Amino acid sequence: MIHDERSPAIEMRGIGKRFGATAANADVDFVARFGEVHALVGENGAGKSTLMSILAGLYRPDAGTLAIGGRPVRLRSPREAIGLGVGMVYQHFMLVEPFTVAENVLLGQERAGPWLETGAVERELRELGERYGLAVDPRAPVWTLSVGEQQRVEILRLLHRGAKILILDEPTAVLTPQEAAGLVRTLRGLAADGFCIVFISHKLDEVLAVADRVTVLRRGRVVGSVAAAESDRRSLARLMVGRELASLVERPAEEPHEAVATGEPVLELAGLRAEGDAGRPALAGIDLAVRAGETVGVAGVAGNGQRELAETITGLRRASGGRVRIGGADATNRSPGEIARAGVAHVPEDRLADGLIGGMDLAGNAILRRYRRPPLARGPFVVARAVAAFADRLLKEHGVAAPGRRTRLGTLSGGNQQKLLLGRELAGEPRLIVAVHPTRGVDVGATEAIHALLRAQRERGAATLLISEDLDELLALADRIAVLFEGRVMGIVPAAGADPERLGLLMAGVDGGGVAPVRRVAVAGG
Amino acid sequence: MDEVLSVAFLTSVLAAAIPAGTAILYACLGELLCERAGVLNLGVEGMMLMGALGGVAATLWSGSVWVGTLGALLVGAGMASIHAVLTVGLGANQVVSGLALTLFGGGFSAFLGQDLVGRPVPATFGDLAVPVLADIPEIGRILFRQDALVYVSYALVPLLWLFIGRTRAGLRLRAVGERPEAADAMGVSVGRLRALYVVLGGALAGVGGAAISLGTNPGWQEGMTAGRGRIAVALVIFAGWNPLRAALGAYLFGGVEAGQFRLQGAGVPVSSFFLNMLPYLFTIAVLVLATREAARRRLGGPAALGRPYAREERG
Amino acid sequence: MVELAAPSGRGRPRIRVERVAAPSRLASALVPVVSIALALAASGVLLLAAGENPIAVYRAMLRGALGDRNGFAETLVKTIPLLLTGLGVAVAFRMRLWNIGAEGQLYLGAIAAAGTGLYLVPGAPAPLLIGGMLVAGLVGGAAWGLIPGALRAFLGANEIITSLMLNYVAILFSEYLVHGPWRDPSSFGFPGSPALPEAADLPRWGTTRVHLGLLFGLVAAALLWGTLRRTRWGYEVGVMGANPRAARYAGMPTRRTILAVMALSGALCGLAGMSELAGIGHQLQRNLSPGYGYTAIIVAWLGRLHPGGIVLVAFLLAAILVGGDQLQSSMGLPAAIAPMLQGTILFFLLGGEALVRYRLAWGATVPSRDPGGRERA
Repeated sequence: MIHDERSPAIEMRGIGKRFGATAANADVDFVARFGEVHALVGENGAGKSTLMSILAGLYRPDAGTLAIGGRPVRLRSPREAIGLGVGMVYQHFMLVEPFTVAENVLLGQERAGPWLETGAVERELRELGERYGLAVDPRAPVWTLSVGEQQRVEILRLLHRGAKILILDEPTAVLTPQEAAGLVRTLRGLAADGFCIVFISHKLDEVLAVADRVTVLRRGRVVGSVAAAESDRRSLARLMVGRELASLVERPAEEPHEAVATGEPVLELAGLRAEGDAGRPALAGIDLAVRAGETVGVAGVAGNGQRELAETITGLRRASGGRVRIGGADATNRSPGEIARAGVAHVPEDRLADGLIGGMDLAGNAILRRYRRPPLARGPFVVARAVAAFADRLLKEHGVAAPGRRTRLGTLSGGNQQKLLLGRELAGEPRLIVAVHPTRGVDVGATEAIHALLRAQRERGAATLLISEDLDELLALADRIAVLFEGRVMGIVPAAGADPERLGLLMAGVDGGGVAPVRRVAVAGG
Repeated sequence: MDEVLSVAFLTSVLAAAIPAGTAILYACLGELLCERAGVLNLGVEGMMLMGALGGVAATLWSGSVWVGTLGALLVGAGMASIHAVLTVGLGANQVVSGLALTLFGGGFSAFLGQDLVGRPVPATFGDLAVPVLADIPEIGRILFRQDALVYVSYALVPLLWLFIGRTRAGLRLRAVGERPEAADAMGVSVGRLRALYVVLGGALAGVGGAAISLGTNPGWQEGMTAGRGRIAVALVIFAGWNPLRAALGAYLFGGVEAGQFRLQGAGVPVSSFFLNMLPYLFTIAVLVLATREAARRRLGGPAALGRPYAREERG
Repeated sequence: MVELAAPSGRGRPRIRVERVAAPSRLASALVPVVSIALALAASGVLLLAAGENPIAVYRAMLRGALGDRNGFAETLVKTIPLLLTGLGVAVAFRMRLWNIGAEGQLYLGAIAAAGTGLYLVPGAPAPLLIGGMLVAGLVGGAAWGLIPGALRAFLGANEIITSLMLNYVAILFSEYLVHGPWRDPSSFGFPGSPALPEAADLPRWGTTRVHLGLLFGLVAAALLWGTLRRTRWGYEVGVMGANPRAARYAGMPTRRTILAVMALSGALCGLAGMSELAGIGHQLQRNLSPGYGYTAIIVAWLGRLHPGGIVLVAFLLAAILVGGDQLQSSMGLPAAIAPMLQGTILFFLLGGEALVRYRLAWGATVPSRDPGGRERA
């Protein structure tokens, strides 16, 4: 594959890709050149990963054309993409853990001879590693390596296969600051050698440190493509958060907040710490209180600790430090059952994975929280009539469109599933509601219904912690908005009259509306 | 008692252990390949039985024991391809499919073989003495006065060991059983490879059946494999998915089988039942050890064993 | 909706196979019926190829199993162990615990019951003796089921292999007993324990061999149905089987439930062993079970893990077994046709189950998930 250095490395035109009813990409144009680091930024669900998976041959687009090195291509598999010099480093590494580094590099490579000769590869890997600052022992089994080293193996593997276009999907999310700095140096070095690097991220300071150009996606569409040198965090944050900012500011008039009847604090977090799935700190000391009758919104770009925050409060994740108090009583590291019994409702981020049972009927899903207690239970028995009555009432009250309580949950639409879940969680008149992305993937009608429910709960006097990436939603429902950034609360602002721009900057890690750097990534030669 | 400890007695037990273990060994190597590719096939007994019958039938038809072995191989592969279609192609439950294969193979072989029961096979694998080597005292008698299938297995064990550990194809095999997603991302066709090794495993199980029906117990009997397929499945785990250790294990159980008759014949009261339990108990012990991640890695148990793989787009 | 013609200018129509979120209830219910029909047809082809007339074979099987009082009674006799082990397996499968150790649990139940009847309380009056053996059978099976259960709950060891291995251990242990310490000194030829006291015999239905075990099975099915459907525990088992993460979210005790389910599963299989011993064999002997514990897996699977379905399927498979046995005398064919048929049914069931999860789609793009709509279609 000879790349014509004058043609764009990647030229995607009019790319469209739908999953079910949602358009992950719509009419996306994306052009990147050899010799540049091109950042692709946007909120979670903006369509970055989908676009790049199309480029890497994993998904096939529904519409649009793709040219690599100036040549129109149609990719049917990751293998074809690699053959054309396009390689992707996924967030979840695609490495075989018991294999050595060299064996992982060799896997799937067409080479002459039946034997597994690692000597030559090991030599080549050492050379490549020295050249681009990707040192790793080629003979080490992958499972003995740190996450950062495993990422280097992924990059080395693509380089060794002759990839000239490297796509990295949120590569720094799993790295320590030192490792991230090293990666940035490596990427700059590769770009200087004529590689095309696509860097997916939503950390703006990092993007500005490493990229030459930045393309911003929002809701599956390109909303801007700018040179990094002519841009700053403020302008990028504005693009990322959206152009409807103006309409947002006018919004509060439409949904007036009544004066907050602040009651006793129901949820108190003090110095709360927890680790993420990869064992890295996800919550780095959260202090936050939610009072009765108050809704506290949690804003932030995905992956800054939102999920871990909800899970730690509801007992699904261990707190490694700090305290959780619910209704004045200590609830740190209690079991999920105990916390639910303390009057906490939980609308989980991924409803079908955590909160609902797709293979069960609606009645079975409706009683998940209360099957142990009368009137649904009598001794060890579940009272069928009470279950039926409860389920029917729930379906009716919340307008769940379904043939009946015997319908299997998995056949309902996302909005109806969510209405059922919310109805169930709120039926016990909880004193605390932890709701994570309650309207994600839900149609407009259901969104309205869910918002109405949450408002009614607030008026009833429940404390609500509403975690969302949708600023409109937070501004419409919350009394105060706390912004999470890298596991910390960057700031808490009253929702009434909140400046969306300031929120956007807080989300991007910029403190207090100024331009104080949060974390500078050292760049050598960049 | 003295008689039992004599060199001559030991030699005779060991010499009998090898052919008795060879049938288990073939089946075990087949299952080993299959599991290395990430597919559990509990139908080994059924495939062996069909192979044993196929071997007898093909030998009767052709008069050649080698054609018979080829027949056994093809029948075993055919049986395994049912498992491949169901579990690899359609993602069906591997446990249930394997058990169905055992039921089906046992029943179908008994039905097809009803007229062959007791018919002498025109040709069988006779013992061949390897020149020179066979004359080494004791060792020669144990190792080098055996039938042709035993010699083939001598070669097969190190070859498979080399294949799995030292070849590119072996690397792909291990990757598919260990982390199919990664193999897929690197352009290895997971489904095709898995199906291939399931079928190959069945072929070897078929040969294992022929090693009985054309070797140690010539002729066809209903259910003649007598649980050797089960032992083969247990042995794969016991051997930590390693062909060399599988050979050791197979000869060990061949030895238990050969030894118990001879010991009882010599009037020594041993309980073969507890000896026979050992492979199963060891297997459980190995499995328990393998629950610790570090131990699993050292043992090399395929991480994706029993897990169907389908590349799915987000939906 | 279905376009068979090629869209112009775009080449061939694309036919794709795609996953369906949840197969419709009708399709799920039809799968067992269709798979049995297809299995009979496919086995018919095999029989035909082997020179037998499949219609004649099936007719002979049907007549043998259900054609007269004796055959029908024998079918009921064989229904008993299949029903009990099928229920046992189904409880575990409902929670996605792949207990394939029913055979071993059956043996342990029989061993424990035999030990009780022969050595513990041999002189007791009938109700006490049978009651004691019943409890022993339940406990023996439960204990054997708890081994893989505990290894799974506390160490995470794969219960498929451990429970399978324990089958072989249990059978060897029973062989050791009947060849060794429990061997009846007065029996010269066959290895076996002494006969149980007559008071231990389960009451029979008239002159047939149908015994009280049938009642055990039916009562167990009813109790299990009620437990799964009407109790908090049954609901927890269902949730844990369908979505373990949701069970954790709801605060259900996962480990304890794994142990309880495996114990219950083993106990039901142990009861099957006890009832075979006290109802049919009257002594511990070799080949107590011709693989009922494995057939149980088909029973459970074909019966959709539903106690009612399992009663039906246990009877059906018992009829196949008895019909197969009768073939030997009526047509001179081996009884092994029965397991062959069972295996074939299972193949088609597995294939059919997988296929209803997919559907063929024409055209360029169809949503990969289509929630709703299909169910009511």
